[in-house]
Amino acid sequence: MTTETEHVEAEAGRKAGSLIYRQKLTTRLTHWLWVISLFFMLLSGLQIFMARPDLYIGQQSGFGFDNTVLSIGSVRIEGEWQGRTTLFGESFDTTGWLGLVPQGDQMARKAFPGWMTVPGNRDLATGRVVHFFFAWVLVATLLVWLVASLANRHLRDLIPTLSDLKRLPGDVADHLRLRFPHHGRYNVLQKLSYAGVLFVALPVMILTGLTMSPGVVAEAPFLLDLFGGRQTARTIHFVVMLALVLFFIVHLAMVLLAGPLNELRSIITGWYRTDTESRT
Amino acid sequence: MSPIFLSRRRFLTGATIASTAPLAGCFDFLGDRSGEVRGALETANSLTYHAQRLLLGSDDLAREYSESEIRQPQRPNGSTNPSDRAYVALARGGFSDYRLKVGGLVDKPTELSLGELQAMPSRTQITRHDCVEGWSCIAKWTGVPLSTVLDHVSPKPAARFVVFDCFDTMQRNALGAIKYYESIDMADARHPQTILAYGLNDQSLPISNGAPLRVRVERQLGYKMAKYIRAITVTETLEGFGQGGGGYWEDRGYEWFAGI
Repeated sequence: MTTETEHVEAEAGRKAGSLIYRQKLTTRLTHWLWVISLFFMLLSGLQIFMARPDLYIGQQSGFGFDNTVLSIGSVRIEGEWQGRTTLFGESFDTTGWLGLVPQGDQMARKAFPGWMTVPGNRDLATGRVVHFFFAWVLVATLLVWLVASLANRHLRDLIPTLSDLKRLPGDVADHLRLRFPHHGRYNVLQKLSYAGVLFVALPVMILTGLTMSPGVVAEAPFLLDLFGGRQTARTIHFVVMLALVLFFIVHLAMVLLAGPLNELRSIITGWYRTDTESRT
Repeated sequence: MSPIFLSRRRFLTGATIASTAPLAGCFDFLGDRSGEVRGALETANSLTYHAQRLLLGSDDLAREYSESEIRQPQRPNGSTNPSDRAYVALARGGFSDYRLKVGGLVDKPTELSLGELQAMPSRTQITRHDCVEGWSCIAKWTGVPLSTVLDHVSPKPAARFVVFDCFDTMQRNALGAIKYYESIDMADARHPQTILAYGLNDQSLPISNGAPLRVRVERQLGYKMAKYIRAITVTETLEGFGQGGGGYWEDRGYEWFAGI
């Protein structure tokens, strides 16, 4: 809870149109470490997924029975190969994007085009090396951020308060009108999405990733029960990956719409310019 | 919605794809296994190995499932029908002439027939096989604990690894046939669930799943669980076996410790 003096000081610092020191060094450093590690984790993760581009529900993969929810592959129809993606039993022609993709000047039968994976060609071994290296970077960054944010009370900026939640409808309306107030505090939608990524999505990613490790689940078998089996954990890992990609796209769109230079300055140097016209 | 927003959005989509397209291609050099950056990234593998060895108790068991979880035959993978002459001859005789050679850094090297192995105390476990590709399959495995076989030959104190030499040829080059091989450390070799399996789902182990003998290393991925085992060598170093990586796939860039 903010005390009265702190509140007054903060308001004074946020005088209209002034530059404020908004992002602390640890916030900025960890932000860019996440950018790097999530970039490599995404592209190496898709490389790993390409070795078995199917998702199942349960402990095991159904070969003698059907528990497949997603399958990316290719089929031959009248001598012509076609990319075929099947989601919950519904099949789609995804030639060029999934299943049958451009490679050089011809088409290759693999789940993802080269630009979606690290490395660009099929290389599961390298994908795993890259993925697990950046997994350690990601976890270390998250721990550093958590400790620093507890210490410098940045964590408090992210937790939505009751009054924040009351402002939710107004905030949604503001966003829909592409009106972005710059008063130097996170609005409630920002708080919800940042807290969602840091306290829900990333921990779920880490835990479902660990659930796929036969070594880890020997020590912590409760993970298998928590996520409903190794294959369900793998499916959740994939779905939360999609959610993180969606967050990235929206995050980038918001930065562009809210004034990319000011936003970039604040996440690089820490300094942020508030609105010239004061809004209450 | 204003047209500016639409074009911005289109610009965004285009920019996102355009920016990752060349970016992704930039990292193809990571596939070069002699590269320095690749070497640096691989240090994370040894971090993972030490972290798991530190945090996981040596006798923590992989989950064992109930009979009702066996819902399909064990999916065969890798070699499924070796054509090597020595193997074909053994298979034709129902493996009655099979002798498992156990040697290396041991006091009492020996050879064991399938009958002798089956006469030893056995262990049966219903476990989940996790392939490095991402799939899993639950099956019932019966075999003799590797620990029992090791006690039989008395490894010397310097022993650090157990190497499995296999019958199946993976590829041929100018130097001859490259056969499958694998290795595990003594902690996994002595683990109660590490068995030399000769039975699968209450039947003799089929050829497609590694007859007459395959190893189960339940806390690691499938490629560690060598099939068609010809000989077991206890050793202090992995040098001198294959290209020294500790396994056929390890020599091709896969990590030696496959607990993740």
